[in-house]
Amino acid sequence: MNQLEVKPNHETRMILVCCGTGCLANGSAAVYEALCDALQGNDKIQVETFAKATGCNGLCEKGPLVKILPDDITYCKVKAEDVPEIVEKTLQQGELVQRLLYRDPATKKYYKSHHETDFYKKQKKVALRNIGEIDPTSVQDYLDRGGYQALEKALKEMSPAEVIEEVLKSGLRGRGGGGFPTGLKWKACAAVDNPPRYVICNGDEGDPGAFMDRSILEGDPHTVLEGMIICAYAIGASNGFIYVRDEYDLAVKNLTKAIENARECGYLGKNILGSDLSFDIELVRGGGAFVCGEETALINSIQGNVGEPWDKYVFPTERGLWGQPTVINNVETWANIPVIIKDGAANFASIGTEGSKGTKVFSLVGKVVNTGLVEVPMGTTLREIIYDIGGGIQNGRQFKAVQTGGPSGGCIPENLLDLPVDFDTLTEAGSMMGSGGMIVMDDRTCMVEVARYYVNFLAEESCGKCVPCREGISLLLETLTRICEGKGKPEDLDLLESMSSTIQQAALCALGRTAPNPVLSTLKYFRDEYLEHINNHRCPAGICKELTEFYIDAELCTGCGRCRRNCPADAISGEKKKAHTIDPAKCIKCGDCINNCKFQAVKVK
Amino acid sequence: MAENSQQTADREVMSSIINRYPPERRFILAIMQDLQKQFNYLPKEALQMTAEHVNTPMTVIFSMATFYKAFSLVPKGRVVLKTCDGTACHIKGSTIIIDEVYKILGIRPGETTPDGQFSLETVNCLGACAIAPVLLANDRVYPKVTPALLREIIEENRGQ
Repeated sequence: MNQLEVKPNHETRMILVCCGTGCLANGSAAVYEALCDALQGNDKIQVETFAKATGCNGLCEKGPLVKILPDDITYCKVKAEDVPEIVEKTLQQGELVQRLLYRDPATKKYYKSHHETDFYKKQKKVALRNIGEIDPTSVQDYLDRGGYQALEKALKEMSPAEVIEEVLKSGLRGRGGGGFPTGLKWKACAAVDNPPRYVICNGDEGDPGAFMDRSILEGDPHTVLEGMIICAYAIGASNGFIYVRDEYDLAVKNLTKAIENARECGYLGKNILGSDLSFDIELVRGGGAFVCGEETALINSIQGNVGEPWDKYVFPTERGLWGQPTVINNVETWANIPVIIKDGAANFASIGTEGSKGTKVFSLVGKVVNTGLVEVPMGTTLREIIYDIGGGIQNGRQFKAVQTGGPSGGCIPENLLDLPVDFDTLTEAGSMMGSGGMIVMDDRTCMVEVARYYVNFLAEESCGKCVPCREGISLLLETLTRICEGKGKPEDLDLLESMSSTIQQAALCALGRTAPNPVLSTLKYFRDEYLEHINNHRCPAGICKELTEFYIDAELCTGCGRCRRNCPADAISGEKKKAHTIDPAKCIKCGDCINNCKFQAVKVK
Repeated sequence: MAENSQQTADREVMSSIINRYPPERRFILAIMQDLQKQFNYLPKEALQMTAEHVNTPMTVIFSMATFYKAFSLVPKGRVVLKTCDGTACHIKGSTIIIDEVYKILGIRPGETTPDGQFSLETVNCLGACAIAPVLLANDRVYPKVTPALLREIIEENRGQ
């Protein structure tokens, strides 16, 4: 533990610089350094002030974000050049820098604090409770926000059986996608009288379009450790493993530090907090194989094998890692455990719907205004998430679908937007909760191409062990590619449906069994778009290059020249203030013109 | 065959990486990751040394080296460009970025320029979907990449 750390109190000021991946990419490290330099030896600031680098705040769209406490000021899109002004005006004179405040795109109103914005107002932070508020490399910061109190409570006041009972009562279901009740898993594992038992954290977040786990591991690593240690106590485990994607550099770094600090503080190791519990955690870096997110494949990978799944006649709770009873849960699931133990199951269960308790973190991305990470109570409708929190569709375009559940999920159309989101409703709608990716699509997204994209992804990631998955997905891909290239036949749709049903029934693991979902859900809700490709050789969204031709509607074109200047192929010509035209021979169909035209004058033929 | 000093030095690095881990099969993945980071690919000799260290047949090592996407059996360029082709990046135009890289450098995913400067790869998701489309040049993340920005990024990374 860092003993030198000064604990902030109300007489000090804290500046939190978001250093999540999104903000870092937008230059927040330079902002943090500039702030630290500016604070160093600055005697004009009356109040003692500290700067801290935190994890992701969620509103990546407006990053880099800088929060000032206790004044509760949030500045957006801060650059290193803005630091002198912030120091002078806000820190020295106590004034706001208006141009850096969050401005509501609809009402044009400025907000002093991010808490007042629609993006945050409808959210409820449980798993993400500390992220953006603490320095993830400081165990003291975690302790200041009630960290490790749940562990103390479990060890000192509860029996292992009581801990399991509490998790059961909370109704927590696995956040990795399966939605299996966490308490039941623990109970089953504890009941197998065959030690040693193991605890695994599945941080192999592979779904494209999802970064919930990354943010938790980066921004609040101790909550994951605490959850795992509590589980170790409940089921009697001796060792734990965190399997994390090697691509997640910062997560690996912060986790490594957190494990070291936890050992130093006596939260890991022998006789934790003076109890009989001895437990340690090891970090395993994944090798970049999507199928390793499947629990048996992940276990194989930890053992030093290729990451192939095995058929689960016997669950890992009975025979898992090295054949021993193993509990494996997802990152977000672990992050909920300390809250459940500390505040009680009843409190947790009061949030959410009948069958799905608590909150869920979603990565809200795609063609939505406020892209970022959001956490909402289960049962919040898709419309609330996309329109109230997400601020609607970018560039005022038309909503078409929202894709949930990762590559094995499905696309949900506009008429189902009022669906309250929980494990069961999404499955009924032909999609699934998955790990929490939520990708918003507009009229410039081709649903056939989206299905092809996911199937292509799954074809590459299929481990090849079982025939239905390996060969079946390839056949789906071939068929979809044919349709996207304008060579589809009407009977292809029957082929897609029958092949999908075979894969669903015959594949070995969940990767294969759910692989047809993107095809089936787009066929169900967007069949017209398939037919348009097949019968009329036309891609209404203007994405499938072979089937697309753009033109400019002379009535709507104002001749502003924006498209002409930006066209990478010099395919657009026209005089100022007169209607422009596109030369189809030169056009590379990149879509830059249609995406950026303010007058919706560029159209798809 | 006479061995030059570079080969001797390389072998020393390999053996120090491998010996950091206990001789157990479960550390193969970690060893290979460190080797890949050091050499930008997995040299055959290093794999043989790994096999001996963990006392596992070379076939097992080879199957792991080819199964996991993080590894390459051929040397990669000095600058590895990774375009994210996750869903969010895909619907925001990552394929256009891939096409543009081909136009500028003449390489497609999985290929390396003849001068060994650049390699191109696609990755499934970097978890930075809010700033799509994303490009990684070695460890640096570039947000909201456009064809014009791509040219700047490539120039910036060329011949440092």
